[in-house]
Amino acid sequence: MNQPRVETQREVSDEVRQTTCYMCACRCGINVHLKSGKVAYIEGNRDHPINKGVLCAKGASGIMQVTAPSRLKAPLRRVGPRGSGAFEEISWEEALSTAVSWMKPLRETAPERLAFFTGRDQSQSLTGWWAQNFGTPNYAAHGGFCSVNMAAGGIYTIGGAFWEFGQPDWERTKLFVMFGVAEDHDSNPIKIGIGKLKARGARVISVNPVRTGYSAVADDWIGITPGTDGLLILSLIHCLLEAGKIDLDYLAQWTNAPLLLNEAEGPEKGLFVRNAESQPFVIDRRTGHPAPWDGKGVEPDLGAEWQGHRTVFRHMVEEYLKPDYAPEAVAVRCGVTAERIRQLAAELAQVAFDQAISLPRPWVDFRGNEHADMPGRPVSFHAMRGISAHSNGFQTARALHLLQILLGSLETPGGYRLKPPYPKPIEAHPTPHFVTTPGKPLTGPHLGYVRSPDDLCLLPDGSPARIDKGFSWENPFSAHGLMHMVIPNAHAGDPYKIDTLFLYMANMSWNSSMNSARVMEMLTERGADGEYLIPRIIYSDAYASEMVAYADLILPDTTYLERHDCISLLDRPISEPDAAGDAIRWPVLEPDREVRCFQSVLLDLGARLGLPGMVAEDGSPKYRDYADYIVNHQRRPGVGPLMGFRGNGEATGRGAPNPDQMQRYIENGAFCQAHVPEDAAFYKSWNAAYQDWAVKLGLYETPQPYLFNIWSEPMRRFQLAAEGFGPRQPPDHLRDRLRQAMHPLPVWYAPYGDEDAAFGYPVHALTQRPMDMYHSWGSQNAWLRQIKGRNYLYLPSSIWEAQGFQPGDWARVSSRAGTIVVPVAHMAALNENTVWTWNAIGKRKGAWALDADAPEATTGFLLNHLISELLPEKGVRLSNSDPVTGQAAWFDQRVRVERVVAADHPRGTAEPGFPELSDPPRAGGGRQNSSKNFAKSFRKLLGMAEAER
Amino acid sequence: MTALPQATEKRLGLVIDLDTCVGCQACVTACKGWNDGGIGLSDQDPYGASPSGTFLNRVHSYQVAVPDGPAQVVTFPRSCLHCDNAPCVTVCPTGASYKRAEDGIVLVNEDACIGCGLCAWACPYGAREMDAAQGVMKKCTLCVDRIYNETLPEVDREPACVRTCPTNARHFGDFADPESHVSKLVAERGGYDLMPGMGTQPTNKYLPPRAKGPGAASPLAPLLDVKATGIAGWLDRMLGKI
Amino acid sequence: MHPAASVILFSTLSGLGFGFLAFLGWGALAPSGWAAFFLWALGYGLAVTGLLASTFHLGNPRNALKAFTQWRTSWLSREAWASVVTLVLLAPVALSGIFGLGLPRLVGQVGGALALGTVFTTAMIYTQIKAVPRWHHWLTPVMFLSFAVAGGATLSGRLWAPLALLSVGAVLLAVWRVGDGAFVRAGQTLGTATGLDRLGLPSVLDPAHTAGNYLKREMIFVVGRKHAAKLRKLALLLASALPALILLLPLGVWGIALAAALHLAGALAARWLFFAEAEHVVGLYYGARG
Repeated sequence: MNQPRVETQREVSDEVRQTTCYMCACRCGINVHLKSGKVAYIEGNRDHPINKGVLCAKGASGIMQVTAPSRLKAPLRRVGPRGSGAFEEISWEEALSTAVSWMKPLRETAPERLAFFTGRDQSQSLTGWWAQNFGTPNYAAHGGFCSVNMAAGGIYTIGGAFWEFGQPDWERTKLFVMFGVAEDHDSNPIKIGIGKLKARGARVISVNPVRTGYSAVADDWIGITPGTDGLLILSLIHCLLEAGKIDLDYLAQWTNAPLLLNEAEGPEKGLFVRNAESQPFVIDRRTGHPAPWDGKGVEPDLGAEWQGHRTVFRHMVEEYLKPDYAPEAVAVRCGVTAERIRQLAAELAQVAFDQAISLPRPWVDFRGNEHADMPGRPVSFHAMRGISAHSNGFQTARALHLLQILLGSLETPGGYRLKPPYPKPIEAHPTPHFVTTPGKPLTGPHLGYVRSPDDLCLLPDGSPARIDKGFSWENPFSAHGLMHMVIPNAHAGDPYKIDTLFLYMANMSWNSSMNSARVMEMLTERGADGEYLIPRIIYSDAYASEMVAYADLILPDTTYLERHDCISLLDRPISEPDAAGDAIRWPVLEPDREVRCFQSVLLDLGARLGLPGMVAEDGSPKYRDYADYIVNHQRRPGVGPLMGFRGNGEATGRGAPNPDQMQRYIENGAFCQAHVPEDAAFYKSWNAAYQDWAVKLGLYETPQPYLFNIWSEPMRRFQLAAEGFGPRQPPDHLRDRLRQAMHPLPVWYAPYGDEDAAFGYPVHALTQRPMDMYHSWGSQNAWLRQIKGRNYLYLPSSIWEAQGFQPGDWARVSSRAGTIVVPVAHMAALNENTVWTWNAIGKRKGAWALDADAPEATTGFLLNHLISELLPEKGVRLSNSDPVTGQAAWFDQRVRVERVVAADHPRGTAEPGFPELSDPPRAGGGRQNSSKNFAKSFRKLLGMAEAER
Repeated sequence: MTALPQATEKRLGLVIDLDTCVGCQACVTACKGWNDGGIGLSDQDPYGASPSGTFLNRVHSYQVAVPDGPAQVVTFPRSCLHCDNAPCVTVCPTGASYKRAEDGIVLVNEDACIGCGLCAWACPYGAREMDAAQGVMKKCTLCVDRIYNETLPEVDREPACVRTCPTNARHFGDFADPESHVSKLVAERGGYDLMPGMGTQPTNKYLPPRAKGPGAASPLAPLLDVKATGIAGWLDRMLGKI
Repeated sequence: MHPAASVILFSTLSGLGFGFLAFLGWGALAPSGWAAFFLWALGYGLAVTGLLASTFHLGNPRNALKAFTQWRTSWLSREAWASVVTLVLLAPVALSGIFGLGLPRLVGQVGGALALGTVFTTAMIYTQIKAVPRWHHWLTPVMFLSFAVAGGATLSGRLWAPLALLSVGAVLLAVWRVGDGAFVRAGQTLGTATGLDRLGLPSVLDPAHTAGNYLKREMIFVVGRKHAAKLRKLALLLASALPALILLLPLGVWGIALAAALHLAGALAARWLFFAEAEHVVGLYYGARG
């Protein structure tokens, strides 16, 4: 045979540079192959702890992101009316001096009139520190509309959370149960984990109204009704208690189950009974007498009753054995049969107790008790936005942690494991800081964990101190702020007006806002004086997003391959349960446009404003740029943004700044890891070896062992306030809601959105982010938009058949807030009372450098127009959020769906439509190659109509 | 050239595990990225109303009505199956389309391709796409420029789609070797051919989704009747166990 | 399958051209002088125009000469050889007719047979495609040949041409009747295409990409049932019944011209349907069939 010669030795590149991906929040390691200085190919870095060589669809399409024509190319100043998109290019000097001229007077007179909020920001330890030094209380990132229920629910309960802050023990777990796990976050690690389980044939169960992605490969799918996960979980707890299938030893040793609760009526009721040293205590089973909770050899009595005070355990058992939680009582509401609930409970119990495992690793706990091995209960859980984005999400997250606690699986082999810097108790977190003094920084960080009403951010008159009303009675534990309320509140002047809104990477005039259509109006409405109600908007983004048109000053950012970054232990690191980890980005490409890394710009602005920490003693800028800050900034002595290669280059965690640090990271593949010793790898919250390791690494200054909080004392303090106790009292209209939502045991209450069902909006409406698109970014990527350039509203068989929908039909979907008309598709594997669509496929015409007739702008749509940012007006203006954390309750949404026959919708475009944005100055270009002229002209010649499905 | 080899020394191909594939599309763009740099895969109207590009691997999504239980969703990657009896090869008038004797990989020699499209017609699986910019046929090469490429680290000498797959749902190997990883997977998990009735004898195999449904744990027996004994009884019974 | 103008023109014109050339080669008209020139020119014109049209279907015609290399396995390559050999072989016959050179008749007879052979190879390009069940049947070459014979007979004024034209109609009816059930008989479903028939009954949830691609443009063409039924009647009428009728009328050469023109139009309609109604099994992946 005479076969052609095939080139098998192709040289991919002349140089490989390793950095960190930013096509989503996973932060995978990537090998960027360069040929003649241009990106030739991007693949996963095999040595990287997050992705171990694999890479998702977005990551592998990075080349199309750094060449996207939508990239901004120079600073812009608005010249037309806001929203028109009319801009002129200006110099960086002009841009920065303009920003300073707006900000400086605010800092000197009323720092709170600057509100600084960031979206997909991965540098919150810098942006927060900057805002703190500016002195405004109005800072947060986007966690409030993303994940705060998960974070706060976890941290208040177990000192750690779902999302990427922990993961199942993929190597050992035998049963993995997911509740509403989003597929766009921590996605490669979860996919790798599921792959490991599948390879072993371990069992995977998904509780999710929609059966796609992870739920599609799960061995069992429970198509729950949205917002009822908490009820299902508490029913599982009921079943386990009823059968006595709980880990008593675990509860007695590692949780606050044996602590005594004050039973005396009055301001102390429901708080822990404390001894003379103000320490809660337990009753020792050996003596029947009080003993310290952390005493060596103490055997806490779970069932104790002492001087009329009973244990948390007894309260808990009483609560969950109530018939209200019986499967038969919750089945209809959850959309899951009682039989299936009992089956699931039995499965959990069987794996946890009949298939328990043990690692032969001796270890010592914080009490000094020695353990010969590490027993494990190989049941693990994961949960994300599906339970987080409801107004009962905080309590649902708590309920799920309680379930793991009762099974005794958390932090044990085979269970869910936290990643450093977690576990970390509430006590090791700061409380929120907010007191402003003109010209001065805040006295501490903005965001923190509230222990009692004393920590709320309230002005002397009791009104919220923050523009988003974070840490107010409306949402006391809003640990991530409420970014979704900044624009509505600033527009309404409630609680006060601001002057300058400073946003970074947050597409607030489109897919990142509830009620987007109204938000666009809020951004452009003017007061009686002709001034915009939000007078000034500064925005930084790398791309021509929808938000650009609504800003007055644009500070163009670089793409992710053109910048420095640190993925820091001070922020959201890339740790694994067995290792702390952090990482960098560095400019593997030099920008070819007048763009600057936003963090460098922020430091420049800080220096120009003279912010503490950002100017040297001689008044010159303290940091040359972000890279200089990353290497030389110290948050605490010896502790900086990066843990690796400190001091002489050998120190990890603590050590003096090392000028070679950045280079060492680059040489190390752009990351660094510090491995947890084997005997410290499990039971971390109580493991003395882990605690010592964490102190040595600089995660905290002293060991921080703690008990899991089945009963949350901070929550009980808010309930007490709602009951009328204490000096700080909530407004009357919030008392009932606080009493309910701040129950110190995990409880379930109907999501607030359920009220809409009575007004003719019976159907649940959800969005999911596809694994191959990240927020709004995917559509500007020529490869990704071919995969998902259109979205449909998926209708369950019940609705599809009842209304006689046909392929090609449209639906009119209405809610309390508005109406949209959108294309539909039938999906059988879907909760029968739920509709859903892919999020953020719909684009505003003219944005993202797409043609105005791009499908994203014609048939693509958002559900956001249906979602009100406020609860129905009942005399007070309340945000559509979780009452504990302020998490945006996106998934509470209820709608009505009506068929629109294709023929009755001849325009064939999704509604509402918005005027086309004019195209801002941008880089243009892009890697496009047109058809061969020959083929093209031949097609034209023959006038071939393309038959597309 | 377009005669098929009688037998090939190796039978290289992929196993695609439908029980594990979550449909993330990672293989789709990893393939696009790698081959864009190699054989070149163009995109037309990339930012316009009708974008259309050449992809050698696409991931479909199907829902399956099953007899007992709720509908299932299966994501389904589709690319060249490197058939033993490849109809795309024999139809080619120029010899551009051929199956390698040494490893069974089906390739297009672009230097000889006239872009007649007949091979794409002959393929039942839609494995071939004509590149609109180059006017020649494109298809999965099984990353022949990776798997033998000594400029790559040895561990990376596997197809780009396999290397990138986050769930490890794609496996690469030699089906002629009964002891290979892929052969064993097929034997253990009941790997099957697509459209066996077409007589193409595909090399690539698909592993079916495992059986789904509720677990088999026996129901939990109540500790005692809480209604009758009250919580106190439950506590006594429970805590007595310690 | 996408009914591309290039392939429709190619197969129709070359079929008619080679059909007519066959009759010329067999000495059906035995013209001489200018008449021979025009008739041979018509035959060659049709055949060559068809062949040229086919090159418009090529993405990369630069390599076209390579298409002669694979005659052992490829019907397209055989078609290339057959057409060129036929055209080359009949050239002296044509010259002999025009200039009265008196070439032995055997050469023309062999050339005529080759001309029909060319049509057969053209048909086999489609017939061999198992992935298009409608084509994958012996009736496909019968249909192509019946068009060639009827067209050639009409152009060459054979008395039995009406019969040939009517038989085209019969063949078309048979092709449609058999073809309409071919896809189902082939037994391929979305279930076999994905192997998901093991689980139950699959259907499309999402297309692989929402954007268009070559496969969807080339292989998946949906023609409305009503539209197809109308076109079929039109094709029957134009390709078969009307020209047969016209040939029976005493219209002489003009009748032949009219009949041939109508027949060609009918052939184009039938050929459009031949592609448009042909379903490729790859359509299954896109939900084009159950």
